[in-house]
Amino acid sequence: MDKSELGQDIRLLRPIERTGRGFWIFTGILLAIGAWGVFAWFNQLRRGLAVTGLNVPVYWGLYITNFVFFIGISHAGTLISAILRLAHAEWRRSITRAAEVITVLVLFFGMACVILDLGRPDRVMNVIMHGNFSSPLLWDVCSVSLYLIASTIYLYLPLIPDIAILRDVLPRRQWLYRPLALGWTGTPRQHHLLERAISIMAIIVIPIAVSVHTVVSWVFAMTVQPMWHSTIFGPYFVVGAIFSGIAAILLAMAIIRKAYHLEDYLKPIHFNNLGLLLLVFSLLWFYFTFAEFLTTYYGGEPMHMAVFLSKTEGKFSPLFWTMFVTCFAIPFPLLANRRTRGTVWGCVVASLSVEVGMWLERFLIVVPSLSNPRLPLTAATYTPSWVEWSLFAAFVSIFMLLYAIFTKLFPIVSIWEIREGRESSVKEVSTRVESYLPGPVESAS
Amino acid sequence: MARWGMVIDLDRCTACQACVVACQVENNVAPATADQAAAGRAISWLRLVPIQGEKHGTRPDLQLMPLPCMHCSHPPCIKVCPVKATTIDHEGLVAQVYPRCIGCRYCTTACPYTVRHFNWKKPEWPQPMEESLSPDVSVRPRGVVEKCSFCHHRLQKAKDRAHAEGRPLKEGDYLPACAESCPAEAIVFGDLDDSRSAVVRLSQSPRAFKLLEELGTEPKVTYLSKGEWGGQV
Repeated sequence: MDKSELGQDIRLLRPIERTGRGFWIFTGILLAIGAWGVFAWFNQLRRGLAVTGLNVPVYWGLYITNFVFFIGISHAGTLISAILRLAHAEWRRSITRAAEVITVLVLFFGMACVILDLGRPDRVMNVIMHGNFSSPLLWDVCSVSLYLIASTIYLYLPLIPDIAILRDVLPRRQWLYRPLALGWTGTPRQHHLLERAISIMAIIVIPIAVSVHTVVSWVFAMTVQPMWHSTIFGPYFVVGAIFSGIAAILLAMAIIRKAYHLEDYLKPIHFNNLGLLLLVFSLLWFYFTFAEFLTTYYGGEPMHMAVFLSKTEGKFSPLFWTMFVTCFAIPFPLLANRRTRGTVWGCVVASLSVEVGMWLERFLIVVPSLSNPRLPLTAATYTPSWVEWSLFAAFVSIFMLLYAIFTKLFPIVSIWEIREGRESSVKEVSTRVESYLPGPVESAS
Repeated sequence: MARWGMVIDLDRCTACQACVVACQVENNVAPATADQAAAGRAISWLRLVPIQGEKHGTRPDLQLMPLPCMHCSHPPCIKVCPVKATTIDHEGLVAQVYPRCIGCRYCTTACPYTVRHFNWKKPEWPQPMEESLSPDVSVRPRGVVEKCSFCHHRLQKAKDRAHAEGRPLKEGDYLPACAESCPAEAIVFGDLDDSRSAVVRLSQSPRAFKLLEELGTEPKVTYLSKGEWGGQV
């Protein structure tokens, strides 16, 4: 491959070839926040979990909230991308990679949150050496590791042809691109194998992704604690995860579009289509939340009502109603209206709101149930400490930094898939539409 | 095989907290500093919890109830531990394995009785107390979970003594520190599988009830009270 062959897609290589001052400033800020997080972490290692705001009976707080939140975000990429690929949604081509990278990176932060939460992080290997398979935490370990492996493969496979382009076109970083390109030359046989592998992986990752957040919910639902012990928690968590995941893709797309001037590739139509998906999930979120709370309220068991009331009118009510506003009242009208949904800012505001709301939802699942235990105790309130907030900020920053570094090493919009779309899928789609219309019957292939 | 259980007679209990102190000393539980207590991090294997009781004329309706680990026959804590750091032995004692615990606190959140405690800090004792720690109970490191063991070490000692004297273990040989120290004799301890034992006789009393029995945990601690306690907790 030669640079001239790339045509207008050459601009997808620009972020890799050139790095502006803005990027370094951005990196500097993120690194500073990350360094502050390292300081906070050393503080915790030295003084133990006493530096957190946790207490009896609120044994879990921000770290577990963030664990659920980050693993939730991971449902952005791989799952959405796999569904769009399998559904032959042609508008996926410029967004799948940006989505898949989120999954692979954010999973590390989700797992790191659990390690942060351990009283004895030095003994984490006990989970493997003395694993107890009746513990939902071990189901998590298995499910999340499997998801990480599958997502990494699923990110890497469609990267191969693009890495080969970089190998051929860029003089720099041959040590990286040459081995990773696996000798890709773009022969029909290679293409055939790649397409097959991608399709197989796309099918495999869907059940794994669904299992991941189901199992995360079971960490709570398998106990008998009030408002945790719920049969709908599995699907409720999966819906929430995809909801926050789509919002994360939209935010990533908006930033990439702005920073790298990719207005031609990430068009309002892409935001509109993902916005529609976000709209559907805001309705699903409302439905599940309503079903969950109505069941608890109608049953009216005192232990459950204690948690219910602490959320709806007690000390957690400001957070609860903010969650309702940010998960539903703000995004729903923005996304239901074609004029705001079809714009980048409309989707960005809705997505930011959803991220805030979904984080609050995770917090409101973890903390209120623990604050209202079955046996009465002296009232305990949980206020996260500076260490917990710092580590949260650091995780978000380092995640964004790693994401930015990825865009500097690999094209964040898949070059070969865009080319393929331009070259062959227009024809493919019209034949497909023709096959739906009345006419001679062909065997489906 | 013995199955150890406890009966706590709330009608006898004066809430003097002798059992709490005895437990603290027996099991090397470090006293909480004012800061730790204010932060809600005081560790106590056995504590008195306030319960909204029945009103009797002018008597205050707030009552105190000693709350040790229930040593459930179906303990929710054991299932959820990812590293098998909490176990139930053949005599029904639910134990914590401190050197294996990773401090994830899943057991503490799964326990419906909130009787499991976490070591937020390295335990510290005021100067002279440090030298009087019990040699029979290990001091827990920072970052692990601990809980009432029914003074398991005392069972070991009682068995050794009985063995040395060439006789079987008899009622009263093995008593946890709380049962031994109760001046009102409100805490009775013994073998639930021995039909002649006091615990079996008392737990058949019409005053007997168990905490959160509806959860199916099958606690091995039974409470006795004339009042309607069961519905209040």
